[in-house]
Amino acid sequence: MAAPKKGRRSPGGQGRPGRVLALILIAMVALVGGMFASGHTTPRLGIDLAGGTSFTLEAKNQPGKPNAINTTNMNTAVGIINRRVNGLGVTEAEVQTQGANHIIVNIPKGTNAKQARQQVGTTAQLGFRPVLNTTPVSKSPPPSPTPSPSSPSAKGKDGKDNKGDKDSKGDKAKDGDKVSPSGSATPTGTPTTKTQGRAVTDALKADSTPDPEVTGKGQDGKKGDKDGKDGKKGDQAPKPSQTPSGSPDAAALQKQLAELDCTTKEGMAKAREKAANAAPKDTVVACKKDGSAKEILGPVAVEGTDVNGASAVFDSQRGQGWIVQLKFTSGGSKKFADVTGKLASQQPPQNQFAIVLDGEVVSDPSVSQSIAGGEAEISGSFTQQSAQDLANVLSFGALPLSFDVVTETTVTAALGGEQLHAGLLAGAIGLALVIIYLVAYYRGLALVALASLAVSAILTYTIMTLLGPAIGFALNLPAVCGAIVAIGITADSFIVYFERIRDEIRDGRSLRPAVERGWPRARRTILVSDFVSFLAAAVLFIVTVGKVQGFAFTLGLTTLLDVVVVFLFTKPLMTILARRRFFASGHPWSGLDPKRLGVKPPLRRRRPSAPVDPKEA
Amino acid sequence: MSKLGSIGARLYRGEVGYDFVAKRKIWYGISILITITAIVGLAVRGLNMGIDFSGGAVFTTPTTSVSAHAAEETAKEASGHTAIVQKLGNKSLRIQVSELSTSDSRQTQEALAKKLDVPTDKINTDIIGPSWGDQIANKAWMGLGIFMVLVVIYLAIAFEWRMAIAALIALVHDLSITVGVYALVGFEVTPGTVIGLLTILGYSLYDTVVVFDGLKESARGITKQSRYTYSEIANRSLNGTLVRSINTTVVALLPVAALLFIGGGFLGAGMLNDISLALFVGLAAGAYSSIFIATPLVADLKERDPQMKALAKRVRAKRASAAAKAEAGGADGSAADDAADDAADEPDDDEGDDGDDTAAAGVVGPRRQPAARNRGRGRPSGKRR
Repeated sequence: MAAPKKGRRSPGGQGRPGRVLALILIAMVALVGGMFASGHTTPRLGIDLAGGTSFTLEAKNQPGKPNAINTTNMNTAVGIINRRVNGLGVTEAEVQTQGANHIIVNIPKGTNAKQARQQVGTTAQLGFRPVLNTTPVSKSPPPSPTPSPSSPSAKGKDGKDNKGDKDSKGDKAKDGDKVSPSGSATPTGTPTTKTQGRAVTDALKADSTPDPEVTGKGQDGKKGDKDGKDGKKGDQAPKPSQTPSGSPDAAALQKQLAELDCTTKEGMAKAREKAANAAPKDTVVACKKDGSAKEILGPVAVEGTDVNGASAVFDSQRGQGWIVQLKFTSGGSKKFADVTGKLASQQPPQNQFAIVLDGEVVSDPSVSQSIAGGEAEISGSFTQQSAQDLANVLSFGALPLSFDVVTETTVTAALGGEQLHAGLLAGAIGLALVIIYLVAYYRGLALVALASLAVSAILTYTIMTLLGPAIGFALNLPAVCGAIVAIGITADSFIVYFERIRDEIRDGRSLRPAVERGWPRARRTILVSDFVSFLAAAVLFIVTVGKVQGFAFTLGLTTLLDVVVVFLFTKPLMTILARRRFFASGHPWSGLDPKRLGVKPPLRRRRPSAPVDPKEA
Repeated sequence: MSKLGSIGARLYRGEVGYDFVAKRKIWYGISILITITAIVGLAVRGLNMGIDFSGGAVFTTPTTSVSAHAAEETAKEASGHTAIVQKLGNKSLRIQVSELSTSDSRQTQEALAKKLDVPTDKINTDIIGPSWGDQIANKAWMGLGIFMVLVVIYLAIAFEWRMAIAALIALVHDLSITVGVYALVGFEVTPGTVIGLLTILGYSLYDTVVVFDGLKESARGITKQSRYTYSEIANRSLNGTLVRSINTTVVALLPVAALLFIGGGFLGAGMLNDISLALFVGLAAGAYSSIFIATPLVADLKERDPQMKALAKRVRAKRASAAAKAEAGGADGSAADDAADDAADEPDDDEGDDGDDTAAAGVVGPRRQPAARNRGRGRPSGKRR
């Protein structure tokens, strides 16, 4: 096309319309190409249009809390589950109660149902408990020798290797990548977990110095494990475990610990349930999530309700991979500083605190000093997905009840296909009417309007399609209708501009100056009014949840695209067309014919009246 | 076509026009009447809240070959409420009906059993909670409140507080009319309706802001002249943006009308109808209120400003003297030219002049308007560049 050359010829205020046009065309091609490359060529549709997966959750009766299943708790649970599955607020999931103790969760087609199931099912009862004692568990003795925990250079490697090892052992094998069962810090040569556990237990029971070799190994293993967690401790010489002295239940606890089975799935599940249902002030025994250790834990020092927010971050500095950062409330930060201060003065392993989630120890870092500042982190063999899931679940708080997923079934569209078809048909008819109207009124200019609408439509469609896999954006019927209304708002930007140009022509300007002079004023109108729309979208998106949030997202997106299209497409196109003879000469079909616009030939005669005015004013 | 174009031109020059501001009392009256009707309708009939808000009953059927559509019809007939039917993975149906308690749902259950040809007790009935919980509703209200406060602050800064208030009144006007229509028609309120209402909220303000932007521009430097009062300027700016307002409204309403009448006509009641009704009423009300309510309100408020009062006084004094001069037969040459030009447009001009409350302005106006326009135009662009 000759346009770019022309663009270069015109200096100053007119800019380089050809380049801008090329830019947006390249962007469009890139987006469309990206859409086809990603393999998703249609936007993800909501439940009402495409159906999806439906889970039924059943509230479990918990021992000791007979009246827990009530309307208030069920509604709270619905609210929390809704925020969990809606994540960014654009997935259009539905959550509702059914009967007295069921919750239905509907998730649109194309969502990762397994992940969603995990998200809705997790209770997310979080607690920070001091570790009273810990015993490593190993399912299969790793072949390699124990690396030295004191060498600083070995630390990072140790940690990583250990992580791999834990992965291989982890019962929840969802982290199952990068498994390398070598270079482990777990005790070497110990034939079974049982012996080891018993050795420590026996020693504690006897309340005497145990066989240093066994305990040493036990400590060693734990320490290595610790290195894997926090990577900063590792220089302490093996020391005998200390008895949780003074506690009358010590023996009973030791027995519980000995009986605790962290090697099988069933055993872990049982242990999890038991620990989860224990009162916060009780001392409990729990398994580590990866099954690498079992621990005796003191009463809850900081509760999950003290957590203000959580986020998943990639820790590249210490090589811990994905971790979850927690922010405490002000009360929580104080409690956390207190407890870490107290723990820091203790001997290992009692300088550790365990982060317990739903009865499982997710991580058990040791502390060397009081941690102020109200932040903590959970580390330990997270993948990006699992870290984000955990952060998401923690941010929205714990469910007041625990639930079992009782059914999982696919559901068809709630509205049926005919609604969508009728909607699309009606939309097409409406669009045809708009085209007829625009052509009748604006003639040649309608081409500009229609091309701009087409660009806008292509951009909206591709972006919505790409956002489906990216952030789970799902399009439901209200959003489709919103997009149809957006035709009006987008077209309004052109109409405002066209009317400005026509007004300038009525003032007697020729087309090129009219296009340039009309633009600053039309631009301001467009920006001011679009800002109001965008403000509505932004506020609603930030404040609200659920479907309103989904709507706000669509509104904000279409408003932004409106501005982009007018600035980068309509205006440059107008500038280029203004140089064409067809438009510049005011051809009757250009829509810019001065005669048709009512410009009166005797303009010169009107001018003389101008000087009269200042006198009067 | 040329007729349309020239009407646009004459609207722009202020040669023709409808006096929106002077006749504002009529439109205020009409709006108040409609709003009261809407509020009464809301109070008397109430809103018919859909299953997403009120909960209801859910029927789960055994595996069946009856189509979802047929089951929907049956459930709708038996219960009198809209039913949502979903086919589950094992070919059984989940039918949700709003505002039914378990005891009331017996009839529907029986009807469904008959349709499906299974014993009644094979159809499981359960109470279902709203999927649009209080939490979503509360947060939506909170969001709406925050938005209104912010938008008033924004408009007060970008324009002025009078326009902010007028825009807000227009917005409330549009929303209450739409809600009232819902109450009167008796359509069920679904999440789609709420989203439709929020769309209107955005659109109504958008439209008002476009009109106000034109008004702000025409009113620039208004105190430095003594030819027109604020109301007259407001009126001219309204007429100037009228073509844009009409075009935009037509373009926005055509697709929605197609959804409402064509889509709804094919399908009868449905989600599509619910949303498009909200949108249709709201968009029409939004376009109407920007022109007939918001701008006259601004003019009303503005005329109370001491500066504007002084201006109105000056304008009146000047017109009185001009009329006196005209009567003395001192019409100059250019006025004669204008009169000749305008003669061709006589019928339209008369209409426009009838609307004017000062007869003198009708004669003097056209001559001076182009000049005023040039002056107003020259100044801001000089500043800008």
